[in-house]
Amino acid sequence: MAIIEINNIEKTYNPSKVPVHALRGVDLQIKKGEFTAIVGPSGSGKTTLLNIIGGLDSPTTGQIIINGQDISKLSDNNMIDFRKENIGFVFQAYNLIPVLTALENVEFIMVLQKKDKKARQERAKELLTAVGLADKLDKRPSELSGGQQQRVAVARALASKPAFILADEPTANLDSTSTAGLLDMMAKMNEEEGMTFVFSTHDQRVIDRARRVVTLVDGKIESDIYNG
Amino acid sequence: MLFTLAIRNIFRNKRRTLITIAAVAFAVFLASFMRSFQKGAWDNVIGTSVNSFYGYAQVHKQGYWEDKSLDNSMELTDMLKSIPTNTENIEDYAPRIESFALASMGNKTHGVIVVGIDPDKENTLTKLEEKITNGEYLQNGDFGALIAEGVSKKLGLALGDSLILISQGFRAANAAGKYPIRGIVKYGLPDLNKRMVFLNLPAAQDLYAAPNRVTGLAMKIEHQDLVPGILKDLKSKLPEADYEVMGYNEMLPELMQARQLDEGGSAIILGILYALITFAIFGTILMMTKERSYEFGVLTTIGLRRLQLFSIVWLETILVSFIGAIVGIILATPLVYYLHVNPLDMTAMGEEAVATYEKFGMEPVIPAAFEASVFIKQAFIIFIVTCILGLYPLWKIMKLHPVEAMRDV
Repeated sequence: MAIIEINNIEKTYNPSKVPVHALRGVDLQIKKGEFTAIVGPSGSGKTTLLNIIGGLDSPTTGQIIINGQDISKLSDNNMIDFRKENIGFVFQAYNLIPVLTALENVEFIMVLQKKDKKARQERAKELLTAVGLADKLDKRPSELSGGQQQRVAVARALASKPAFILADEPTANLDSTSTAGLLDMMAKMNEEEGMTFVFSTHDQRVIDRARRVVTLVDGKIESDIYNG
Repeated sequence: MLFTLAIRNIFRNKRRTLITIAAVAFAVFLASFMRSFQKGAWDNVIGTSVNSFYGYAQVHKQGYWEDKSLDNSMELTDMLKSIPTNTENIEDYAPRIESFALASMGNKTHGVIVVGIDPDKENTLTKLEEKITNGEYLQNGDFGALIAEGVSKKLGLALGDSLILISQGFRAANAAGKYPIRGIVKYGLPDLNKRMVFLNLPAAQDLYAAPNRVTGLAMKIEHQDLVPGILKDLKSKLPEADYEVMGYNEMLPELMQARQLDEGGSAIILGILYALITFAIFGTILMMTKERSYEFGVLTTIGLRRLQLFSIVWLETILVSFIGAIVGIILATPLVYYLHVNPLDMTAMGEEAVATYEKFGMEPVIPAAFEASVFIKQAFIIFIVTCILGLYPLWKIMKLHPVEAMRDV
């Protein structure tokens, strides 16, 4: 069964003025455990598609079903709660909370889920250890390198035990070593824990590691290739 | 953790936090300073007027204040005498019988106010003895008179001379008497200085053919702030049909109006100050909201509800304004206390200013009122203003679109 089911999505910005068709009839299904990269040139609609999958934007027409639920019918608060419980986000600019330590950043989403302190601290430590930052628990983002911050962001995304992780250009600000380390880590989580990852990326290093590559051009899926 | 987040955010941009704290502290400091001075000055003026003659509260027969006639005098009953023992915060009372009379000396006459007093009780209330510039204070049982300087000058009376008083007594009885002058008193207030004549209470009651009657009881009260409670208490104890209980604000309406006018003027100045500070604080909130819109977008994306996000931001604003208000109070307190203990000396303003103060029987000083309520009120106003300004981020957060917020770097 597909975790993400997109049916004939269209997205048009400024429909009454100068319409910009960001997505034109996109159909896509992503199953549990997939490691998918959405690629395409700038303006192809990949970020728009990612925003719609993440419930951050709504399609002009079409249907989006996440984990069996049509999310276009959710209220604002229910959408926020839905994201909190079902989707992990990794951003290009890491977007950690600067005044919280690595451990607290990972704990934060579990605070919102109202998990008890002991349980959330244990999980946060476990996740930070898994991303190789066991010795950086008390460091604030400003004390970490870009690669380390992105690892914390991945740990934070995993903390809520989401159905899948959406990563928008996660390696765009990282050097080669950090990129390789981050991809290794995410691939390992995908293989060992069956975590579903969906990336939008320009980065060939990410594309090379993806097991499915969906290429968007002018708001349409041009190709959808499985790499074994 | 949300509280921790708010606390840490306060220290995140130290400069912005310091600007906001400084703006709030400055406003509280300046507003407290201004209000303390204004209150101190007016308390001084009112205190002078009240302590010169009126007292903070008086009890009369119902209708006396509208028609100050001896026919509206009242019998000094045991119930009235027991007021100080039965009423909290009233230390004592001064009984008076008061009416107009024509004073005469040789071929000169002059209209005066004759007040029959209990010398000891009157002195406790108005410190009349201290106002004597020549002669002696009245003794109990003495049938002499004290006259104000203006009366002395007008009629050419000196110590030992006899003062002739002619008037109408209680229920239209003839009233006439001759009283040796024991002392001359000086009043700062010109109206009092040219009219006042004091007799012992029994002598005045005898003059006006009104034995055991008084026109009013002036209450000795420690501080004007106690007056509202005392008035309420007295009104509940004394039958309204028989007695009227009046506070100094009812007896001195012109002074109260002048105070209100002055306070209205300073309220406008304070309003301008608040407006300036409001813009300064709003500027920092505006900057903060703009700077953090990306962060707000991220937080709502990962699962923080809008109201939770707002509560963090609002808590930050409240904490900062609270700190500012406390700093403002801490800064203002020693200065106001110093000026309370060492009032501003107006002699530096020149002889004219000094003469004006002396004319009204006041020392040429402006003391600052040192009252917690002044500081707390100003701090509360600024605090509330900041809390309201802190609602601006709510508006931004409620209409925030995460994608646009994260795009708007």
